[in-house]
Amino acid sequence: MLAYLVRKAVLLAASLLMASLLVFALIEVIPGDPAAYMLGINARADTLLALRAELGLDAAAPLRYWQWISGMMTGDFGISYTYRVPVLDIVLERLAVSVPLALYALVLAVAMAFPAAIMAAHRKGSRGDRALLVMTQIGIAVPNFWLAILLVYVFSLMLGWFSAGGFDGWSEGVAQGMKALTLPAIALALPQAAILARVMRESLIETLREDYIRTARAKGLTRFQALFRHGLRNALIPVLTILGMQFSFLLAGAIIIENVFFLPGLGRLVFQAIAQRDLILVESVVFLLMVAVMTVTFLVDVAYALVDPRIRGGRP
Amino acid sequence: MASFRYLCCIAAAVLASFAPAQAARNSITLGMQLEPPHLDPTSAAAGAIDQVLYANVFEGLTRFAADGSIIPGLARQWEISGDGRIYTFDLAPDVTFHDGSRMDARDVKFTLDRARAETSANAQKGLFTGISSIDILSDTRVRITLAEPDGQFLFNLAWGDAVIVAEESIADIRTTPVGTGPFRFNRWIKGDRIILKRNPDYWGEPALLEEATFRFIADPSASYAAMMAGDIDAFPGYPAPETLAQFEADPRFRVTRGSTEGETILAINNKAEHFSDRLVRKAVAHAIDRRAIIDGAMFGYGTPIGTHFAPHHPDYLDLTEISEYDPGKARALLAEAGYPDGFATTLKLPPPSYARRGGEIIQAQLRDVGISAEIITLEWAQWLEEVFRGKDYGLTIVSHTEPFDIGIYARPDYYFQYDNPAFQDLMARLKKENNPAERRRLSQQAQRIIAEDYVNGYLFQLPQTGVINRKIVGLWENAPTQATDLTAVYWQD
Repeated sequence: MLAYLVRKAVLLAASLLMASLLVFALIEVIPGDPAAYMLGINARADTLLALRAELGLDAAAPLRYWQWISGMMTGDFGISYTYRVPVLDIVLERLAVSVPLALYALVLAVAMAFPAAIMAAHRKGSRGDRALLVMTQIGIAVPNFWLAILLVYVFSLMLGWFSAGGFDGWSEGVAQGMKALTLPAIALALPQAAILARVMRESLIETLREDYIRTARAKGLTRFQALFRHGLRNALIPVLTILGMQFSFLLAGAIIIENVFFLPGLGRLVFQAIAQRDLILVESVVFLLMVAVMTVTFLVDVAYALVDPRIRGGRP
Repeated sequence: MASFRYLCCIAAAVLASFAPAQAARNSITLGMQLEPPHLDPTSAAAGAIDQVLYANVFEGLTRFAADGSIIPGLARQWEISGDGRIYTFDLAPDVTFHDGSRMDARDVKFTLDRARAETSANAQKGLFTGISSIDILSDTRVRITLAEPDGQFLFNLAWGDAVIVAEESIADIRTTPVGTGPFRFNRWIKGDRIILKRNPDYWGEPALLEEATFRFIADPSASYAAMMAGDIDAFPGYPAPETLAQFEADPRFRVTRGSTEGETILAINNKAEHFSDRLVRKAVAHAIDRRAIIDGAMFGYGTPIGTHFAPHHPDYLDLTEISEYDPGKARALLAEAGYPDGFATTLKLPPPSYARRGGEIIQAQLRDVGISAEIITLEWAQWLEEVFRGKDYGLTIVSHTEPFDIGIYARPDYYFQYDNPAFQDLMARLKKENNPAERRRLSQQAQRIIAEDYVNGYLFQLPQTGVINRKIVGLWENAPTQATDLTAVYWQD
């Protein structure tokens, strides 16, 4: 188990180093000068030079990469070009919206998908099972921004139960914050739940055909008991992969939903920062997201090993 | 008993639903498309900073009134020397900054010296370069000497980039702006909103509102939803013109149609192949149907222009006839210039919808006379680099939002690359001129020269379309500068 973990950890560190180089290089080649963007079309050449010097943009690229990466090792992510405050502060502020939103959506997705998948697998071929298949098909096909607009239309404009968007900040209370995140979380969760329910149903049905389930049944367990006590644990492996990927997706990919609900989340921040050529902010956020995705993948691998002892030995 | 409790619940619910409506009477929530990057109007070109802070939190020596004229600000009156070089300002007495410190002549000197310093990052540094010295005569009297007379000087001082700041609070101005205005900065929930509160110690006429909140909603359909749901009371620069008809039909709202300082032009690279020939530029101008562009790209909102000057300005000349829509004439002109079969060029478009939608219409109109323009879409940062600084383009569409900016045509290195010594000379004379009648004559002459030289294709003045709760009074309908002046705004019963 330990060797397995070490191998995975080394791989993680190497990938992160590669990723940081790639992010820096990619962002460096995008045309567009942050100082020119900030000063607009009336800027004089001397003002531009002064601002570039103030932002440290006149240094050579390798030096800036070194400053960036060595700063991050010590938790110093640099100062945002546009906002002129520490990058870390901005990112943490935005994570306070994005992480709860992603978790909320994930919990909703699991809460919808798991019971449905278990019931469907338990009564495979039944009317309920067929209905689930149709519903998940729709859930996967419907784009979440469309769902978001529909939710706003029904629950904000017609019924007036929720405001159309925005986020008051957690200082206004947890209930208020959760309320603001509810519609966006539903919009994000529904397509995820559809995917999750499908994968889990398949996996459970697969598992039910295994010999050890037959053994368990022969020992006198009902089909449902066998499924619950022995099948679920094994059926969770592919589901875990999907869950891991979904969390990363929800964290990074909520840009459109954050725009529809004008939420001050990380996705929208990156979107703005790219347009404003706030390179240091983009670099840091993209890198942090890569760290998050890779770490989640690492944790999923570890979880695999815990759930299924067979993995620890053989496959990397 | 149960029914009594039930009644009490209903009564409480009804009361609760009334309470916020009552409280809302002296506060307002405004929608804005872009969030300010930071809160220092004197060190970025972002219009969003002025939209929140101009006249509300910060004040200059002079200021723009709703109609674009220049009125006294912190300087209550001034004298101009006979040669037009020395301005002596009398400041309002007993003015304090929001941190309680006094505002006096020293702050004026500090502000202007900072703006014109060598290391200054003021986006409009050009406004201050004519200043040769600033002398403090007393606490409330300050003398500014210019190297040369400048008829635009009082106007320059009204810009958001010239607001008075204090040395004591300058270090934190980007996050905690301290001004002298009728509102104090209260809170900034990044990404979501900025809240201002009334300044009880204001030196002038106090604000009527207790609190003002600016919320940032970039997406047009989200703006629509927020307005309809009642989350926003007013959206002065409403970004979704396609939905304005719905607001006009709704008795809760009032739709305002104002003008801005934004001349939207089809900019032409005057040094590029083909376009260095005036005949070709003239052909382009006659190939354009402004009305079709305004209808197609702006849903009918926008005023046609024939030169680079705001139609609401008293010195404006309507020169649209010089470049009226006449595709036949355009084809003949192209043939005369030696391009009977037309030619190919680029049309590089920045992100705003006026440019993207307008670009497609212009492409079709140019194709009609034989010019094939390849559309290349760019982000702002890319546009600034490639088109504005690199001058690597044939045609582009952009709105020039600075007030009274016809002077850019006197800069041969500007991205139009228009080099006309006679025009440059005219601008130099206009700059020094203080007499209003003479200024009018010169600026009209200038408008005519660039229209007849067909420097650019002049399309329309960018409109300011606002959606406002019917009970709100006092918001600007025009935008003589990018500001949301709240000093006279109140709720009507």
